[in-house]
Amino acid sequence: MKLRTILMGAVAAMAIAPVAHAERGSDGEVKIIYWQAPSILNPYLSGGTKDIEASSLIVEPLARFDETGALVPYLVDEIPTVENGGVAADLTSITWKLKEGLKWSDGTPVTSADAKFTAEYCMAPDGGCAQSAKFDGVKSVDTPDERTIVVTFTGPKPVPYAAFVGAQSPLLQAAQFKDCVGAKAQECTSANFGPIGTGPFVVTDFKPNDVITMKANDNYRDPAKPAFATLTFKGGGDAASAGRAVLETGEYDYAWNLQLAPEVIAKMAEGGKGTPVSGFGTLVERIEMNMTDPSPDLPEGERATAKQPHPILSDFKVRKALSMAIDRPLLVEIGYGQAGRPTCNLVPAPELFASPNTECHTQDVEGAKALLEEAGWTVGADGVREKDGKKLKLLFQTSTNAVRQDFQALIKQWWADVGVETELKNIDGSVFFGGDPASPDTFQKFYADVEMYANNFDGTDPEQYLGQYTCEKAPRPETQWQGENINRFCDPAYDELVAELGKTGEISKRAEIAKKLNEMITKDTMTIVPLVDRGRVSAHSNSLGGVVLNTWDSEIWNAADWFRIK
Amino acid sequence: MTDAPMLEPVKTDTSGRSQWWDVWDQFKTHKGALFGAAVFLFIVLAVTIGPFLWTLEPTFIDIRARNSGPGLAHPFGTDQLGRDILARMMAGGQVSIAVGLTAMLISVLLGTLIGVVAGFFRKLDGVLMGLTDLFLALPLLPLLLVMVMLFRETLARSFGPEMGTFILIVSAIGVTSWMQTARIVRGEVLALKEREFVLAARSIGTPSRRMIMRHVLPNVLSPIMVSATLGIATAIITESALSFLGLGFPPDFPTWGRLLFDAIDYLQQYPERVFWPGLAISLTVLSVNYIGDGLRDALDPRIRGR
Amino acid sequence: MLTFTFRRLLLAIPTLVLISLIIFLLLDLAPGDPLADQPLSIPPEVRQKMRDALGLDAPAYVRYLLWAKQFFWVEPLNFVDWAIGTNFSEGLQRIVSWQFRAPVFDIIIQRIPQTLWVVGLAYLVGVMIALPIGIISAYKQYSWFDQIGTFVSMVGFSVPPFFSGVLMIVFFAIMLPWFPSIYDTTLVVNDFESFGQQVRQMTLPVMVLALQTTAQLSRFMRASMLDNLNHDYVRTARAKGMTEKVVLLVHVLRNSMIPVVTVIALGIPSIFGGAIITEQIFKVNGLGQLLITAIYANDLPMVQTLAFIFAVLIVLCNLIADVLYGLLDPRIRYD
Repeated sequence: MKLRTILMGAVAAMAIAPVAHAERGSDGEVKIIYWQAPSILNPYLSGGTKDIEASSLIVEPLARFDETGALVPYLVDEIPTVENGGVAADLTSITWKLKEGLKWSDGTPVTSADAKFTAEYCMAPDGGCAQSAKFDGVKSVDTPDERTIVVTFTGPKPVPYAAFVGAQSPLLQAAQFKDCVGAKAQECTSANFGPIGTGPFVVTDFKPNDVITMKANDNYRDPAKPAFATLTFKGGGDAASAGRAVLETGEYDYAWNLQLAPEVIAKMAEGGKGTPVSGFGTLVERIEMNMTDPSPDLPEGERATAKQPHPILSDFKVRKALSMAIDRPLLVEIGYGQAGRPTCNLVPAPELFASPNTECHTQDVEGAKALLEEAGWTVGADGVREKDGKKLKLLFQTSTNAVRQDFQALIKQWWADVGVETELKNIDGSVFFGGDPASPDTFQKFYADVEMYANNFDGTDPEQYLGQYTCEKAPRPETQWQGENINRFCDPAYDELVAELGKTGEISKRAEIAKKLNEMITKDTMTIVPLVDRGRVSAHSNSLGGVVLNTWDSEIWNAADWFRIK
Repeated sequence: MTDAPMLEPVKTDTSGRSQWWDVWDQFKTHKGALFGAAVFLFIVLAVTIGPFLWTLEPTFIDIRARNSGPGLAHPFGTDQLGRDILARMMAGGQVSIAVGLTAMLISVLLGTLIGVVAGFFRKLDGVLMGLTDLFLALPLLPLLLVMVMLFRETLARSFGPEMGTFILIVSAIGVTSWMQTARIVRGEVLALKEREFVLAARSIGTPSRRMIMRHVLPNVLSPIMVSATLGIATAIITESALSFLGLGFPPDFPTWGRLLFDAIDYLQQYPERVFWPGLAISLTVLSVNYIGDGLRDALDPRIRGR
Repeated sequence: MLTFTFRRLLLAIPTLVLISLIIFLLLDLAPGDPLADQPLSIPPEVRQKMRDALGLDAPAYVRYLLWAKQFFWVEPLNFVDWAIGTNFSEGLQRIVSWQFRAPVFDIIIQRIPQTLWVVGLAYLVGVMIALPIGIISAYKQYSWFDQIGTFVSMVGFSVPPFFSGVLMIVFFAIMLPWFPSIYDTTLVVNDFESFGQQVRQMTLPVMVLALQTTAQLSRFMRASMLDNLNHDYVRTARAKGMTEKVVLLVHVLRNSMIPVVTVIALGIPSIFGGAIITEQIFKVNGLGQLLITAIYANDLPMVQTLAFIFAVLIVLCNLIADVLYGLLDPRIRYD
């Protein structure tokens, strides 16, 4: 109740706040806290959210996604489309036109050569560029004149908005990075710590994994912005203490990603110094079913590979029953509150791509029991189901995180109610997501029956995301256990449909295929059991105006528009 | 100096009354020690017999009763999933006390052994202290990760998953925490072995083993006792850190350290949740401390004689 | 004593080389990947390229030798250059962190001020409080002072910093807004006001850390004093008519210092190891936070360098402790 009152109060405050505000630098200092500290300010060398979002204050792409997921022009005047002639009719090239009079923070003009350089920088073979997927299929970047950038693709590109779009792919200044191409990229410390950009702020001091101090960019394109003269970006600690610093003590103005139980946030908000805000993107917390047998009795090389189908989970009915036994609305209530909603889809958004499937929203214990009976699993003496002398017992692993451990406990109990015994295991995130082929505990190796984590996709197009579940992307010994098809799901029909999606340009057709793919992997096969569509909760102080939480791009994408409510 | 030679009181009575009776007699007169022993016994009984009297399952989730305060149905209240905190405290106590005591014993035994040997035998001093320095220098987290990677499955296969985890945890804590005891004991032994009574014992040809057991060990007992007391607290806390990293017990398995950690986010809403595990750990450590005090006095022949 | 010290110093060199090798092998064996904190949306092929760019695929001995060369040759040269303005180290690759793509020593130096201010000061405060408490507690065994001391130190040691730190913040930063909950590492102390600010922001973390040190050290001090107070030489000294003060602070204290010196010496390196949890809670971002984030990010050059510096300090401090034993008790001989 109280939280809502506060929220309403904040909305009202924002409505009456002056829209047209004074001049650049008139509002003093703004302080941001991220509980993960940025370690580098060049997004091409680190894909970490903390690094990308910190650098988004300094360097900018040609276009960004706004809070609804729509593309908005930043360094260009309009978004190129087939209709306005910016995208070639055969979808093999896109032409961007830079705004007139753009300047880097050092006062030199921004030209199309900088874009060409940025592409070369990221596509250099030994550079270790974290965003090279953004430049996939780029054949060349040409510069017919100072302001025109033509990106040509190797084939038709139905969605050409990857290179130079979004916080992951901003423009770098050629003059600053010219000696940093290829293997030298790793050595350019001062450039990586203080890139010259077009964004509202410039770095004055960067202490890696600790604090960044910035000041307003004198050459920012809007002379009235940013309203703040200086910005402090502090990192480190944990979500709870970051939340306290904004909501309870008021020491900071903005706290990022408060992954805390909803009641904890609500209690903090009673401190009255700040307001939690939330937004939804594509992040889905899900249970992944292992289609292969992870039994330790199998020899290495066969364990958890397609050669050994899972003895229990290969049966669709069992997977379906496990999904039916889960009460998703309750999970949301316990774990995420206003920052979560139940989902049955792998692709929960954008609306165009989201399947209307909601049948999993209601828990059906009796139905689950009936399905298990049907599959031949009968209740044994100890309440655990068995079939041919084998017990229905699963190992359920996830990374260490308070909410995930609560979910594990709840799901274990629901599964126990339908006669499934579950053993829980939690693994430290740095090992679980670490992908070290020598470790038995990585999520790719999947030496467990089911596992839970969350994943999302960049931007608004799910093609690459859905393409992760093709047969050849299964992690296996031959690929050093790398690969994104964690479940080892393999269906030739699915692979064909993915290939078709890659060739389809028309948006409504693409949406149709994407929905079909999403359903094949979720409700039709229950290979992936989505649980919660996870939003992002952040908090800002009551005196900070202009905050628009954006989950499609950098969360602090519009820091130029922030101002102090007086 | 005024340091007078101290000869061990020679035990001449052969009445069958063993030395341990003297120790017990002395121990009995130590009020703090008796009180500590009583509290410790109470805690041990509460966590072992308690679950038979209070039969709620520690992992049972009653979602409607979540976050309820102390009351008749749940004397200590429930947690954020509606699990009974009293039941969890009792189940957690079994693990925490077992881990705390065992890990402390391993650590103290290992530390004392290495410290005495290094202090007493000059030839081994360099090697053993080098080893101590090495263990002090190894970064803890990677060491634990490696231990788990190498031994978890083997141990789980030979001792079953729960016993395997227990062995892994206590040895991980023990193996990474003996160094301080070893350094302290060695320092004391270095000084002791130049004392007159040791020299005297050596001059009459007492074998090393007997010298250590009879003359050296009793005189380094008090720092060992302190190490042991502090070791229990450290072990209980470290255990929670381990299970947090995924190196310990399964996540739904309560232990005191874990209960304390999980309750911190709720410190302002439900302060009683941090209170119970905090109290339990502190009481255990305090009671062991007083037992240690009493034991040390009782084992000290200079005090016992009086 | 001097020859002993010298011999031990020489002997420390091979020991340290061996320790550095073992640390390296341990880190190499530990599961983890420097790309663990990169989002899952980065495809595996890109990850592989990023790994290659970090030089991860070279065999272990090559990477060890490279590190050793950089640590023992390039970095000292670099220091010389910095100190006297030469440029011997030009073109030589320094030890570069995988997280930051920046020389690890630059960052370590950045972290030293706040580490010394907070962790070092806390240690000093802890020692200064613990010794008198230990002495008085032993002298007046089972008095109310001793009982309270025992109680406070045992409870203090039983509550881990992850709890006491948060408790401090709730009491002294939220309920009573006296102290900041976040440490500002950019604060420059140049006048009275900024000094006051520095003191304020140090208070809470120093309190949390000093509690742990005090609790531990006062117990050892007390136990050791108690051991010595019953010795005959104390009675003799008193019989000779020495004042209690002299008996206590000269004779008994000196003989009781051996375990205490050991514990203090063991604690000094850990100042430089930082206080991982306390630093995280108050966002002091000192060496402890640097180490733990490097471990989580599998930034091996950083972890290896920090762990090795730590090892050097351990060996040195323990050597100093050994020398001090000899001064405290001249009967102790090593040769």
